Amino acid sequence: MRKPLSIIAGAVALGLVLAGCSSTPSSDPENANQVEVFTWWASGSEKVGLDALVKVFQEQNPDDEFINASVAGGAGSNAKAALASRLEADNPPDTFQAHAGAELTDYINAGQLQDLSSFYQENGLSDVFPASLLERLTVDGAIYSVPSNIHRANVVWANTQVLKDAGIDPMAAPADIDAWISDLKKLKDAGVETPLALGTEWTQMQLFENVLIADLGAEGYSGLWTGDTAWDGAGVETAIAHYGELLDYTNSDFAGLDWDAATQIVLDGNAGYNVMGDWAESAFQQAGWTYDNEYTTWATPGTDGVFDFLADSFTLPVGAPHEQAATNWLRTISSAEGQKAFNLAKGSIPARTDTVAADYPAYQQTAIKSFGEDTVVSSLAHGAAASIAWSGDISSAIGKFGADRDAASLLSGLVAASDKAQG
Amino acid sequence: MKKGYKNWGPPLLLVSPTIIVIGIFVYGLIGANVAVSFSNRNSLVPATEFVGLDNYFALFAEERFIHSLQNLGVFTVFFIAGTMIFGFLWAWMLDKGVTAEGVFRSVFLFPMAISFVASGVVWRWLLNSAEGDRASGLNRIFENLGLGFLQNSWWNEPGWGMAAIALPAIWQLAGYVMALFLSGFRGIPEELREAARMDGATEWKLYRYVIFPQLSPVALSALIIVGHMSLKVFDLIMAITKSIYQTEVPATYLWVALTANDYAKSATIATILLLFVAVLIVPYLVYTARAERKQR
Repeated sequence: MRKPLSIIAGAVALGLVLAGCSSTPSSDPENANQVEVFTWWASGSEKVGLDALVKVFQEQNPDDEFINASVAGGAGSNAKAALASRLEADNPPDTFQAHAGAELTDYINAGQLQDLSSFYQENGLSDVFPASLLERLTVDGAIYSVPSNIHRANVVWANTQVLKDAGIDPMAAPADIDAWISDLKKLKDAGVETPLALGTEWTQMQLFENVLIADLGAEGYSGLWTGDTAWDGAGVETAIAHYGELLDYTNSDFAGLDWDAATQIVLDGNAGYNVMGDWAESAFQQAGWTYDNEYTTWATPGTDGVFDFLADSFTLPVGAPHEQAATNWLRTISSAEGQKAFNLAKGSIPARTDTVAADYPAYQQTAIKSFGEDTVVSSLAHGAAASIAWSGDISSAIGKFGADRDAASLLSGLVAASDKAQG
Repeated sequence: MKKGYKNWGPPLLLVSPTIIVIGIFVYGLIGANVAVSFSNRNSLVPATEFVGLDNYFALFAEERFIHSLQNLGVFTVFFIAGTMIFGFLWAWMLDKGVTAEGVFRSVFLFPMAISFVASGVVWRWLLNSAEGDRASGLNRIFENLGLGFLQNSWWNEPGWGMAAIALPAIWQLAGYVMALFLSGFRGIPEELREAARMDGATEWKLYRYVIFPQLSPVALSALIIVGHMSLKVFDLIMAITKSIYQTEVPATYLWVALTANDYAKSATIATILLLFVAVLIVPYLVYTARAERKQR
């Protein structure tokens, strides 16, 4: 009897060891000098950015041990599921990555995040982050996350050669969507089969949000999320019509392409434009292209003077085992050095206003300049504007429109989604 | 009494771990899932009240869910029809006698060795919906063969697009159905055929009255196996298109709802899927149980 028991015990012990191995080095609640950071930055420029951040963190906090709890997977979909189960089991990481803005609402309502207002005051962040950003981070007078960077979602990436061949001046942005559509037509007439490159559902949502901003203006667009702008008004209808026209100039296989494949069409010279966030910058850099030479960017026509924002940010969950070290991490990512190291690697821009623009490459300089001057609005496609459920409904309605082009059905879908979300 | 205990005690002890584990991790969790579907746990906030069937009514009132059911319906019809027809035809041809039967058998059965995820990656490229210059995969092949008119947008087509997703599934499982049918054919004693021929049955009558009736249990199990696989299709769609509107089925919608923290909705979809499979499986189990009893 003893032998089988010992075999079973051995197997159980082995199982426990293996389970432990799956996330080495593991977090130890007793060791106050550890910080377990949960992200979905597991590859590419995101991983490089995280590594750069960790380097600064170790310099600033030599006693703290960084534990990487990143979960790979497109735009964090796997990570979010893994995170939800950890929070559910009362086993939160010390800090986790999330998109700043409405996407945090669920966690806040569930009481899973700590209020960081005092952290902002102690570290003087209220003075170095722009007021428009602070306003977006504040929920009922409290702030629950610290942004590590700012991305811009209303950027058109243009292949200058393709435009020049069709007799279009790539450096001059069209004034509005109509002017842009006539340029798209010019490209098509010149033999470019797909003037505007597009990708899967969330990139369609991003293009649509760009058109919404262009047709409703910054204030009207922001009103969509607060209930001040009616979804069934004329503005949204115009935007749907414009969006439908833009789809006529896109690649027919867009539903199956991720953003990088869509950007690749521009790089291959098969498309003139692509609307994408500034993470696309790394694709052009990797191709060895220089700004204003082979490629250029401008704000999506009609959205000049508006900065469509999204931000990666970090939180302090309730019950984080190493609160002190987690606070150190938050201090690092919000510090000038931390933000510089991270954003130089990732292609985004720092959230702080005391940034020296000259330290950054050409595209980022334009983004830093606009972020300082422009009206800031929240991006829909990246969780800043609407709760996860609401943006999920919008995404589905837009995906449907991409397949059947039924404008009336898109409008009613958007109105229904808004009614459901805003009660 | 003591003897009785000795009789059933050890076997019970032997299977009890399984019973306990299945009780907790299968039936217990099914119960927990159903309980969540009856609650108002639509976000990370814990459930506060019992809402009964509200989640079910809300789901069936949703255009999006109905659309996912329609997609699943189209997929299931094409998938089942495709695998049954091809599986039967291949088995029939092999049964008729071909040279190098072993080679054909492995060729047909081989795709089953590949996971849906792996084959999905290849089919994602084969079923690319770009046409003309940027066409790749099947559309490129059609273009190069001068059959350009055959190019189409595959799964990107709103109505029958799901039939395109059924192509890889058919490719993968028709061989399995063939193996089932082939074993059915082989299970019919040669004497029966001989006897029928002696009685002057034509080839058609031989199949109609002797062979098909004997194949029907095989056909039924094939139908059940393929049918329940179809209802829970998830990995294939995620590999080919990811979760997008055009190819949304209840299982991928469940995943979307789950990652949006809408636990009640995802539990509701899960329960509905379970019911669908039960509708298919339970009559089959009853049928086989009766058949076995009859044999005894």
